[in-house]
Formats: sequence, structure tokens, C-alpha cells
Amino acid sequence: MSVILKSWEFTIFSLLVVVFIINLFLSPDLFRIENLFDATLTFTEKSIVTLPMALLIISGVIDISIASISAMSGVILGVCFKAGVAIGYATLIGLTVGLLAGLINGLIITKLRIPSIVVTLAMMLFYRGIGYILLGDTAVRDLPERFGLLGGAYSVTFIPIQFMIFIVLAIVFGLVLHRTTFGRLIYVVGNNANAARYSGVPVDRIRLILCVVTGLISGLSGILLTSRIGSARPDIAQGNEMAVITIVLLGGVYIFGGRGTILGVVIATLMLGYVHYGLSILNIQEQVIRIVTGGLLIIALLIPTISAKFKVREKSLEGG
Amino acid sequence: MDNVKLKSRLKDMVRRREFGVSIIVVLVMVVVGFRNPTFFTRGNWKDMLMYVSILAFISIGQMMTIVTGGIDLSVGSVVALSGMSVGMIMREYPILHPVILILLGTVFGLGCGLLNGLLIGKGKIPPLITTLATMSIYRGLVVVVSRSRWVVYGDITDGFKMIARGNILGINNLMFAALIIAMVAYYFLNHTRKGREIYAFGDHQEGAKFAGINGVKINILVYTISGMLAGFGGVLWVSRVHTAQANTALGYEMQTIASCVIGGVSIFGGVGSIVGVLLGTLMFGIILNSLELIGIVDFWKLSVQGFIILVAVIFDAILSHRVMERMRKQRRMFDAGR
Repeated sequence: MSVILKSWEFTIFSLLVVVFIINLFLSPDLFRIENLFDATLTFTEKSIVTLPMALLIISGVIDISIASISAMSGVILGVCFKAGVAIGYATLIGLTVGLLAGLINGLIITKLRIPSIVVTLAMMLFYRGIGYILLGDTAVRDLPERFGLLGGAYSVTFIPIQFMIFIVLAIVFGLVLHRTTFGRLIYVVGNNANAARYSGVPVDRIRLILCVVTGLISGLSGILLTSRIGSARPDIAQGNEMAVITIVLLGGVYIFGGRGTILGVVIATLMLGYVHYGLSILNIQEQVIRIVTGGLLIIALLIPTISAKFKVREKSLEGG
Repeated sequence: MDNVKLKSRLKDMVRRREFGVSIIVVLVMVVVGFRNPTFFTRGNWKDMLMYVSILAFISIGQMMTIVTGGIDLSVGSVVALSGMSVGMIMREYPILHPVILILLGTVFGLGCGLLNGLLIGKGKIPPLITTLATMSIYRGLVVVVSRSRWVVYGDITDGFKMIARGNILGINNLMFAALIIAMVAYYFLNHTRKGREIYAFGDHQEGAKFAGINGVKINILVYTISGMLAGFGGVLWVSRVHTAQANTALGYEMQTIASCVIGGVSIFGGVGSIVGVLLGTLMFGIILNSLELIGIVDFWKLSVQGFIILVAVIFDAILSHRVMERMRKQRRMFDAGR
């Protein structure tokens, strides 16, 4: 029992409950379950990217170009549609673009052995730039209604399609990470990549696959966003990379790799999502919310350092 | 052992690299000059050099953080925050002498940088994440502090304008500042103990610790310097463009990183020279300028920057991998010969 209580997941779950209660006070409408799910629409697009991102960070790689990939996919979808391509195919092209972007990232990181930080920093600019080169100041506004259903509509009465996608993906990623050999190998790679290599683990291939999946899901995220707002534009998903990394780290994934669970990430997603929602209900500006997110990220990262100091004290108290 | 030899080989290459970059700079200038002779006008050069000067000394701060193996993504936001704060103070108290305003801005930057340094040095948070977070925090503070009321042309006092426009000893203030800072930085990094410790720490953190170098202090130092230079730059920036708003210097950190990377500063740490950074900044400024003159629209800037960083980093990585391979082969041959 104490193991559960002491676990990181329990801590953030309690925080989630607290955030929830505060939100209910701020807007009693939330008591209605429809509104509860409606609120998720504001953060689901980001949330689906946290899933592959968690796996990626556990394996020791980081990708800060995810938001730019999202934007690029959305833009390319719009551009294709405008050029006469059927919306269905345009969506597929958008997804493929995300996949390719992830592939490029992964190849540069694994084949050229360049730190993922720097590569994805450069690609962040590059992909975002492509969106601007293609659309500049404009946007593609007249997207078909059926497309809007993807991001905005509901299945099973009040549960948004997007949220269902998130739940399904969470289950898939959870199963892969915690119940398959591949998942176990991800932890191994993150803990000690060199040892893994010498043990015959295909470190590079695993990381490459994760980069590709991250790119693909980022593309999906961009498409869902585009669908929900109804127009394709190059300036969507600003700051998403920071939000996603914050969620993943708050969810208990260790920044240097090797530790973390999908459950933690899901709880953190909901927590941060509702914090964001609550703050916007209070009419706090987007910029200020970013300050809060940034602050939370720092606090999330200070915790290992602070808890390490406490552990040392505990040990010396026990005379051990 | 390999690591040390690798780094010294890289340092030789940096010298060759500086030469190579200079050649490329000259080539680019010639090509652009042909396409659009406006490039060579005095006005264009003055504008460009004013822009490059601010970029140069902020890049020097960035270089110090990269040399220690870290990075400072918050510089753009610090420029904006210090610029906005100083602009607001100038608006409220127009009688304040510009020098006081410059000092204030530098202090604000110092504070921002100090926070970064503490989080990284004492809090043990990876520099990338820390500065990613503070980038958002400081940028958000710009909006909060200004209460969404930007500093506009009408608010700028004449004295303040002179910061950017005036001349010392015949050359523009901004260029003078850049040169002085470059010289001080050069002396600090190459001829003082602390400066050499920064390189040693970037080369090999563990080894440096065994040599008695205090990593925590080094980290706090370099990020504080970076913040300080960014704060200083913020005041000069507002003086140059006559405005301060929420998106001032948005994405600027990328330009400083690009300048460093072009100038031979290695992402792996431990390698980098002031001269290289200056050349890299100059080249970057020329590229930006040329893009405008050739008629390439603003929208390409982002991708071009990303591409430049990518190319420079790949080039850097390939070079160091090749050097490492050669050294490994030599080692094997030597061992086999025994």
C-alpha cells in the first residue's frame, strides 16, 4: 500500500483531484459531464503527442520539433486541398508528411550521431518555416464540413472523437510500453544505451522507430487541430512542444531516460489540461498561462534534486 | 584520453574553420553584390553592422554557455524583458540619463541569467529544459510587466535614441560596444584562470571536477554572463528600433545559436573561439541581409535559419566523427604494432 502512496503517479493523481475540485468551484457548469468532456477539446491535440514523446524520452531522445511538424502537416493538408486534392487524400498526405519529418529527425539523430536536442532545435525552425513559406500570412479557410467532424464532433453522445482517439492511443502505447518486449527494450536503451548496444539491442532502430511514430502522431495532432479550428494556417500549435515536454516530465518520466509510465503521463495530461482550462476560465491571458507552464516544468525538474536531498537525510537519520 | 586529443584536433580545425568561413563570407558578399549592388552602399552596411553588433555580443554570451556543454534558449526573451522594462522606466522618468538605463537593463539581464545559472548549477536541471522554461516565463513576464501597453516611438527620448545612433571615437556606439565586449571576452576566456576553467569544464565535466574546478560556479557564471549581455543588448535593441513589444526579439536565440555554430563552436562543448563567433555572426548577418536584398520574403527566414544550424551542426559532427575514427585507427595500428 505504501508503495502506491509514495509513487509519483499517486502524487499527481492527488494534484489532479485538487485541480478538479478548484475548477468545479470556478465554474459549476463542469458538474455536467458534457462540459467536462468539452473541456478536453482544448488539450487533446497536445495530449496525443505526449504518448510517443514519453516513449521517446524514456529511450533517451528528445524531439522539440513536434509542434512545428504539427503545423507543417496542417498547412500541407490545406495546400493540397486548395490544389484540388480530395480531403481524404489530403489528410493522408498530411499524416505522411509528419511521418517523413519524424523519419528525417530519426535518421539524422541515429545515423549522424548528433545530439537530438540540437537536431530537433534546427528542425523546429525548418519545419515551421515550411509552413510559413507555403502559406505566409494567409490561411486555407474553406475546408469541407466532413473534415471538421474529425476534430470537433462527438461519438457516443458526449465524448468527443478526439478524446476517443486519445484513449485508444493511450491504451495502445501503454500496452506496448508495459507489456511487450519492445517496451522493455525502450527502458533498457534509456538506462544505458552503450550497454544495450553491446548486449545486441538494436538501439538505433528502436530510437528511429520512436522518432517516426512521434512524427506521425505530431502530424495527426496538427490535422486534428486544423480540423477543429476549421482552417489551415502556419501559426498553430505554438508552444506545444513545451506543454508536451512539461506533461511528460510531470507524468514521472525521467528526463535522462529509463523511467516513466504511461499512466503517469495520462494523469499529468488531464491535470495540466484542466489547469489550463481553469486558468482560461479566469480570463488569464495565454502568455501568462505559459509562465505557469514554464514554472511547473521547472518545479517538476527540481523534484528529483530535492527528493534526493531528503533521501540522504532519511538514510543518515536511520543510522544507515 | 581520446576525448582530450579529439578536442585539441578540433581546436586546430577551428582555426582552419575560421579561415574557411572568412572565405565563404567574401564569396557570399561578391555574389550578392552582383545581384544587387545596393548591398555595397554605406547605408546598407551601417544598418547591417548595427544589427550584427548586438547579435555579436549576445552570441558571445551564448558561446560561453555552449562551450560548457549547455545552451541558453532564453536570450531572446531576456532581450525583450529588459528592453520593455527599461523602455517603460524611460517613459515614466524621461530625465534619467541613458547610461543609467543601460545599467538597469544590464542588471535585469543579470538577474534573469542568474536564475538560469542557479537552476542549472544548483538545481541540476538540464540547460535545455531550464532555458526552454525560462524562455516562456520571461517572455510571459514581458506582457505582464507592460500590462499590454507597448513602448512606442513617441515614448523614446532623444537621449535614448542616441544610444544606438551616437558615435564613440568615430565608430557607431553599437559597434564600439561589440568590439570592447569581444576584446574583454577574449582576454577573459584565453588569459584568465576562470576562462580556461570554462573550457576545461566543457571539455570533460568529470575530469574538471577532479581537477578541482567547481562546476556549479562555472554554470552560474556563464549563464549570468549570457543573461547580462542579453540584458545589455535589450536596451540597445529598443534604442535601435524605437519600440518594445511582446514579440521583440522573438526567436532571437536561434540567431545567436546559428552564429555560434557557424563560427565553429562545438555543440559537444569545450571548443569555440571569440573570433569564430564574430565571423559567424558577420556571416549570418550578411546572409540575412542578402536574403532581403535578393527579394526573398520574410517567410523564408525561419527555414533558412533552421537549415543553416542543421548544416553547420552536421558538418561539425561529421568532422569530429572523422577525427575520432582516424584516431581510433591510429590507436589500433599502434597497439597491433606492439
